[in-house]
Amino acid sequence: MTEFEPKIITFLCNWCSYGAADLAGVSRFQYPPNMRVIRVPCSGRISPKMVLAALRKGVDGIWVSGCHPGDCHYIEGNYYARRKFTLLKELLEFQGIEPGRIHFSWISSAEGVKFAQVANEVISEVKKLGPAKHFIKCAPKEIAAA
Amino acid sequence: MINYTENIRKISGDLLKSGKVDVVIGYKKGTLPGINEPFLARTPEDAQKLVWDSQCRLNLANYLTNRKENVGIVAKGCDSRNIATHIIEHRVTREQVTVIGVPCTGMTDKNKLRELAGGEITALTEKDGIITVTSRHGEKTVEKQDLLQSNCANCLHRNPVINDIPCADPVPEINTARNDAEIKAIEAMSPADKWAFFEDLLSTCTRCYACKNACPLCYCPTCFVDESRPQWVGKGDDPIDVRTYHTLRAFHCAGRCTDCGACEAACPMNIKVRLLTGKMEKSCFERYGWEAGLNTEVRPALDTFTLHDPEEFIK
Repeated sequence: MTEFEPKIITFLCNWCSYGAADLAGVSRFQYPPNMRVIRVPCSGRISPKMVLAALRKGVDGIWVSGCHPGDCHYIEGNYYARRKFTLLKELLEFQGIEPGRIHFSWISSAEGVKFAQVANEVISEVKKLGPAKHFIKCAPKEIAAA
Repeated sequence: MINYTENIRKISGDLLKSGKVDVVIGYKKGTLPGINEPFLARTPEDAQKLVWDSQCRLNLANYLTNRKENVGIVAKGCDSRNIATHIIEHRVTREQVTVIGVPCTGMTDKNKLRELAGGEITALTEKDGIITVTSRHGEKTVEKQDLLQSNCANCLHRNPVINDIPCADPVPEINTARNDAEIKAIEAMSPADKWAFFEDLLSTCTRCYACKNACPLCYCPTCFVDESRPQWVGKGDDPIDVRTYHTLRAFHCAGRCTDCGACEAACPMNIKVRLLTGKMEKSCFERYGWEAGLNTEVRPALDTFTLHDPEEFIK
């Protein structure tokens, strides 16, 4: 069997982290192609429903990234997001989601290097955990057999 | 307790007679012993049906949502905190509400009652903190203290925080700090054990939604469980759908829940759903020093922020 390649849903805020992803791209910084990017207007736009929906669809990891605190395009969206993420992460981990599956970061549009570096970190951590088994309604055959 | 009932009747009767309120939300004797039911008294005569004892487990703030008329409401400590939350969230205005405050000494756990009776309860009386239950196995007498719901035994705010017309003198508080023993025990488990623990805990859930119907916090015109585009959660009792529902329900209550226990009291399958909401309250308290509904000025935990909130997990 080939090595496990995780699928990771990445929510990037339009103003900072998406720009950082762009910068990482044009600067040719390398990171593995395990991410599927969803662009959102602001990290404050992320609802726990979206994170759960992604888990239910069978992704192995989630990464949410937005502007640094104080740099939000909408002035304070990421401050609210920070509290939301804190509670969401604690609630999911309380129920048995492994701590390494859910990641958050602040990356400005000038930090292409940090973007590639965090992407590498996230992907390797999720890879270590193996395929996600929780929150998936119809478990794939190989997981059911394991 | 007898004088609580008499005072509530008198205060409510006077309020209705004077026209200060159009309706008083309280409890009347239920059709079964051991459960009182919510009751809306609209006339001074109605007010004479109001009662108070240790079987008033639901949260009356639930019946306050979006009311247009002036309302009197009988409120124990937790109910009053939910009334404060309702005012903060603009479900009612402060001017509309007259709180008849009940210093609360806790509600009995319906399961402990049933266990004590050993079957169907045919009669229940309460006097001076002593409860007598009758069933076909005969009569049993026990101190109310031993029958309390766990949230009542761990209660931090027994006296109403909004108290327009107190119906009795305040009672002494019994606790000074949160008791998180149950939640801490789960936190100490491995991820796999945690998942299995909740799998087992929620395995009997039938998705009847009694918990969310009993909850004063659940008032969205369309609940996420009913949304179809996109459909966030399936309709059936598939374990993953059940888990999704309970996770999101707990999250929606985060920073707003007052641990009144109405959800557990309403659950026909006796699922300890308070473990999930309790975890959120614990986090809000530990991280932001937040307890819901203690006044009507401060925004709830998820509707405010400070510049230096803890963020040790953010890269």
